Amino acid sequence: MAVQASTAPAVVEHRQSGMPTPLVGMLLFIASEVMFFGGLFAAYFNSRATHAAEWGPPGGHELEAWPLATILTILLVTSSVTMQFGVAAIRRGDQGRLRMWVGLTLILGVLFLLGQLYDYSQLGFGISDGIFATTFYTLTGFHGAHVFGGAVGLTILTARAMSGQFTARNHVAVEAISMYWHFVDVVWIGLFFTLYFLR
Amino acid sequence: MATTTLSPRAEQYQRSWVLDWLTTVDHKKIGIMYIVNSFLFFFAAGILALAIRSELAVPGLQFMDETTYNEAFTMHGTIMIFLFIVPVLAGFGNYIVPLMIGAPDMAFPRINALSFWLLPLGGILIFSGYLFGGAAAEGWTGYTPLSGPTYAPGAGTDLWIIGLITVGTASILGAINFIATIFKMRAPGMTLFRMPIFVWTILVTATLILLATPVLTAGLIALFIDRNYGGSFFDPAAGGNPILWQHIFWFFGHPEVYIVILPAMGVVSEILPVFSRKPLFGYRAFVYATIGIGLLSFSVWAHHMFTTGVVFLPFFAFMTAMIGVPTGVKMFNWLATMWRGSISLTTPMLFAIGFVAMFLIGGISGVMAAAAPVDFHLQDTYFIVAHLHYVFFGGSVFGVFAAAYFWFPKMTGRRLNERLGKVHFWIHFIGFNLTFFPMHSLGITGMPRRIADYDPTNTGWIILNSLETVGAFLIAISIFPFLINVIATLINGERVGDDPWEANTLEWATSSPPPPHNFDRLPPVRSERPVFDLRHRHDAEVLTAEGLTAEGGH
Repeated sequence: MAVQASTAPAVVEHRQSGMPTPLVGMLLFIASEVMFFGGLFAAYFNSRATHAAEWGPPGGHELEAWPLATILTILLVTSSVTMQFGVAAIRRGDQGRLRMWVGLTLILGVLFLLGQLYDYSQLGFGISDGIFATTFYTLTGFHGAHVFGGAVGLTILTARAMSGQFTARNHVAVEAISMYWHFVDVVWIGLFFTLYFLR
Repeated sequence: MATTTLSPRAEQYQRSWVLDWLTTVDHKKIGIMYIVNSFLFFFAAGILALAIRSELAVPGLQFMDETTYNEAFTMHGTIMIFLFIVPVLAGFGNYIVPLMIGAPDMAFPRINALSFWLLPLGGILIFSGYLFGGAAAEGWTGYTPLSGPTYAPGAGTDLWIIGLITVGTASILGAINFIATIFKMRAPGMTLFRMPIFVWTILVTATLILLATPVLTAGLIALFIDRNYGGSFFDPAAGGNPILWQHIFWFFGHPEVYIVILPAMGVVSEILPVFSRKPLFGYRAFVYATIGIGLLSFSVWAHHMFTTGVVFLPFFAFMTAMIGVPTGVKMFNWLATMWRGSISLTTPMLFAIGFVAMFLIGGISGVMAAAAPVDFHLQDTYFIVAHLHYVFFGGSVFGVFAAAYFWFPKMTGRRLNERLGKVHFWIHFIGFNLTFFPMHSLGITGMPRRIADYDPTNTGWIILNSLETVGAFLIAISIFPFLINVIATLINGERVGDDPWEANTLEWATSSPPPPHNFDRLPPVRSERPVFDLRHRHDAEVLTAEGLTAEGGH
């Protein structure tokens, strides 16, 4: 039997309410990233649990929280704050402040990456020097890769902000990248305390 | 936010159909490409299965050495699971889910195209090991240290890792898309508890993919670092732990088996009511059972690891038995749906009933293996191979064919030939049981899996293995009526209109095949069976006029 939808309205409206779809997508993506880092953290703690006594960097080397790691942490946490100032600015429609804060966030992110590379060059041990080194470089390396991904996103945001593409009503990309940036920041805080302070 | 309306039929501009398919972001074309691509990999992995069964037909090594055999079962398992069952069900989901919820497309159409195109890329990467000194050969589970640098030095395993990360990324992107689509794109009136069961199962499946697959990605990356950069995650000599791989793999791998079965359960739950002419028995119970399976699936992974001696047996045995409860609820619902229904045994219905019967056997053998003492006896024997094929093949693949016969008229406007369909079903059903049922017996009597040869003095094993090989070729033969049917129907099949099955759900409210924007108009959605309501919208008036209510009482 053929179905006749004669009683239905000719045009159906798809009402959009609640969170914009791109932000839902970003939140779901972050959920998958949480599980990814969850897997790596699980590998770290599993390895650590089987080496309770001798856990730490390979012989003769030390992992110092001060000064570099702490400075890097301050840089990244600050960048989350500047990012949020950028979001607040564009919610008010202030494009000039948006450019400033997003640009500053990008600079802080790049500084973090450069600092991390410098840290790697000074550590004196490599990824193949035992289980601690393997987990250390894998965790911090994949976090660094995510900071790099965020920096790429911030570069695109900066370029789009320069050409005035965002308004108070239309700036979902800013919101999405800021969510991702805060996530990357939170992962680093977890890493910082796990690697440098958990004894 | 701004409101969007369904666009009027847009002016079409001409371009070559090849370019049109290569660049499309239409969920229907992407869905069909998913299905076609998955079937190509199904045939490739099926040929590997025939090679395995041919080698095992009689004892001794006839035409494969051990390494070739190991590569064959590894590629067979990997391709069947990651490039056939998961994506073919995702393909039906891609085509059907937006139609079922009354949406014009998926939430992120271009990401949808990306997650499709990553699939053939990943599949080719996995297969390309054959060109670079031999494919991966440590089984689809890739256990360390077999997959480590010492025992698998070749590039095949690296390509297997990279290919799986690619396919996993495709799955994650697809999962994000499904969840966003289901939460943000439903038509007016389509509340969560009016969604078809298939949409519910896709939603839970996508959630499992979203949360389980990244863990596998992390494990694969760790394995890659071990193999290529001198890492020591899984190398006990350098302080690593090979059992860690099993934990990571099965933390993904157990939700994975529900990822492949839940959408097939959804398909069957759509088909049984249509051909029993009854509503699904216990809609809400079914939804809660699906969610329950999803939640429990994250707490049963170590039942794959009973014999490692490092997992807490009572907990995982108990949780594994628990997951049988929501599954039992579903089994009851399916039977109660058919009970006293007006059943018509069309081909999709036959495959759906086949699913219920075969999945029951797979479920029972699963609960048997959940008992730790039994599992110690059965671990790594053909009993496990029998169990997993009753679930993956008797379950998921029967569901895939049920979906193919059921939705083919939706996708093409033409119905597959019923006579050929029934020939396909019966050869398939007999071949399947001939292949896999004797494996229970082989496993209980101790025949180990993943070994190219077996005891030449054991006459019982030789008879059963020969029978299984005959069965495997019967399955292969059964594919030909299906293929001929598809091709002949596409060329000159019976045109059957928009709603040939008199079905219940929204995808049948538009034309077959649907226009690019899916719906010119949507019927009102006031239950989980809007098209049924539409078809019978005058019945209530008639009943009221006679002083009766729609429920049949006075």
